[in-house]
Amino acid sequence: MSRIAATFERLRAGRRAALVPFVTAGDPTPAHTIAMLRALVANGADVVELGVPFSDPMADGPTIQRASERALRAGTGLAMILDAVKQYRREDDRTPIVLMGYANPVEHMGIASFASRAKDSGVDGVLIVDYPPEESGAWVQALAGAGIDPIFLLAPTSSEARIDLVSRMAKGYIYYVSLKGVTGSAHIDTADVERMLARIRARTAVPVGVGFGIRDPQTARAIARFADAVVIGSRIVEEIERAEPDQAAARAGALLAEFRAGIDAAVGDRAAA
Amino acid sequence: MQMRVPVAEPRSPETYDLPDATGHFGPYGGTFVGETLQAALQELREAYDACRKDVAFQDELAYELEHYVGRPSPVYHAKRLSDDLGGAQIYLKREDLNHTGAHKVNNTMGQALVARRMGKPRVIAETGAGQHGVATATVAARYGMECVVYMGTEDVARQAQNVYRMKLLGATVIPVSSGSRTLKDALNEAMRDWVTNVANTFYIIGTVAGPHPYPMMVRDFNSVVGKECLVQMPALAGRQPDYVLACVGGGSNAMGIFYPYIPHAGVKLVGVEAGGLGIATGKHAATLSAGTPGVLHGNRTYLMQDADGQILETHSISAGLDYPGVGPEHAWLKDCGRASYVSVTDDEALAAFHALCRTEGIIPALESSHAVAHAMKMAPALGRDRILLVNLSGRGDKDMHTVAKASGIVF
Ligand SMILES: Cc1ncc(COP(=O)(O)O)c(C=O)c1O
Repeated sequence: MSRIAATFERLRAGRRAALVPFVTAGDPTPAHTIAMLRALVANGADVVELGVPFSDPMADGPTIQRASERALRAGTGLAMILDAVKQYRREDDRTPIVLMGYANPVEHMGIASFASRAKDSGVDGVLIVDYPPEESGAWVQALAGAGIDPIFLLAPTSSEARIDLVSRMAKGYIYYVSLKGVTGSAHIDTADVERMLARIRARTAVPVGVGFGIRDPQTARAIARFADAVVIGSRIVEEIERAEPDQAAARAGALLAEFRAGIDAAVGDRAAA
Repeated sequence: MQMRVPVAEPRSPETYDLPDATGHFGPYGGTFVGETLQAALQELREAYDACRKDVAFQDELAYELEHYVGRPSPVYHAKRLSDDLGGAQIYLKREDLNHTGAHKVNNTMGQALVARRMGKPRVIAETGAGQHGVATATVAARYGMECVVYMGTEDVARQAQNVYRMKLLGATVIPVSSGSRTLKDALNEAMRDWVTNVANTFYIIGTVAGPHPYPMMVRDFNSVVGKECLVQMPALAGRQPDYVLACVGGGSNAMGIFYPYIPHAGVKLVGVEAGGLGIATGKHAATLSAGTPGVLHGNRTYLMQDADGQILETHSISAGLDYPGVGPEHAWLKDCGRASYVSVTDDEALAAFHALCRTEGIIPALESSHAVAHAMKMAPALGRDRILLVNLSGRGDKDMHTVAKASGIVF
């Protein structure tokens, strides 16, 4: 069983939602990436989403854009990120790592070569923001050959037909973007998200995570009542931005621990629900 | 002159019908954007499809193009320039004579009418030099729509006059300070606005790039240029040209004049890219000549990129050609050989700019000067009975400052 499937199975048995922090690899510098992974996992991350920085992050808001710019200025590249994951895998063979980024760096490496290198590094899933299912035939095949899960997005505007399209291709989990807009936008409406999640669940058995706009432990707790995973992105990246580079991992970890407490408190809510 | 386009055009055996239903030109094009935009693109595709088939829409567009934009634009035989060069005859398609001074308004007028049909009261645009921003602000004023234009802070500083023009027309100009602070970053920011405000907002993209249906829709609206030439050339020169030349930034003026000529196998199509300081220096924007395929701004096409697949900053003396991508249909036309792509340097474009000013009394845009420069290179080697048709995509009023500076003149 893949690390992602095993993680969701274990959490489901404990009636818990996965806590999934997102950070940009190489932010503030590539030398900090391993320490960041350690701090996130030590403070309760069930899965880590590692952003691959891109010069033109069209789907991201200012916070993650700036993180990409910091990482790129510090010389971060895709091959370097795969090496960091490989190195981290020597000490942690359990926590799933999902890469999240844009198509061009991956296509430039070549999708076949990327898939085999990602497999060799111990990457578990990949989400390419600008690969919608209709452009993903060859991509999904390449990942399947390497045993890596293709993660796809769904949005408030996704039709039933698109939910089905994504369900047919997605493995690991589906990432429901809880807002119209880019990453880091304003607060979300939990009732809306719950309604949409019910629509999605009616059409797929793949676990569904929720992200975009979750900025405090209370919201995380509310979402954890009905989602399989809660993704915390811009809020953690902000913390990294504010910290001295050598303090960034510790501060991100401390913040994540607060979200962990919020999500753990939802275990009772779920049991009661 | 009678401007009805003949129904039965001479066609080559292969009928060209790209893009396919999913917006692909061979391996290029497509809809490479996140899920959040897919519903909006679907809505746009349906609305545009309905407009295409709607006679009332086509009539309204034709009326606006004639009475507001000033179409048809003439074709002019640049006889003194041709005589000076001593070879092929150079003809100019005078898009510089349009309202707002360039071909850009053909597209913004079309998209504004689509936006109105869709009931969207707010339009947004990205702009580099400011020409597309001005053309968008113009039609927004014409129809009483709210208009927001995104522009890199580098360009806001370089193109202060166009920023002022947009403001005069009632638009809000938002400076973009992310990334390289130029056109590509303005496009990223406009996309972000669109994702966030999609319910009331129409995104008017300024060139044949972006996700499907934009490359097709922008081409269609600009193809009025080539359709007019198909009628004008036989009337003026007795036949169709041997070569059609156009500058290529994103590629909208080039697709506009190329597209109706694609089935005319005897007409060679030549796109002219910005060679900047020379391809070898790396400081250029000659994407098709020196780039490699990748994915940016919603489509697969040729790109200027580094060894890690990050998008490179480009250089051209003409801000309108300073873009690291190119429309996907050009990528396809290059690969299948139907069009060829060359580049000319900043200096060559400047020389052509001055030559056209002095021999013909026409001040061309620096973008268009690239196409003129290549025609001037080709003409002497060809016989006097050969015909080169150049799309003079815009006028050079906006470039006074840049040209003066290049000549060491300070106002
Ligand atoms: C006069 C003129 N020509 C050409 C261009 C380049 O755009 P495209 O390649 O889309 O025609 C511009 C862009 O600003 C322009 O203003």
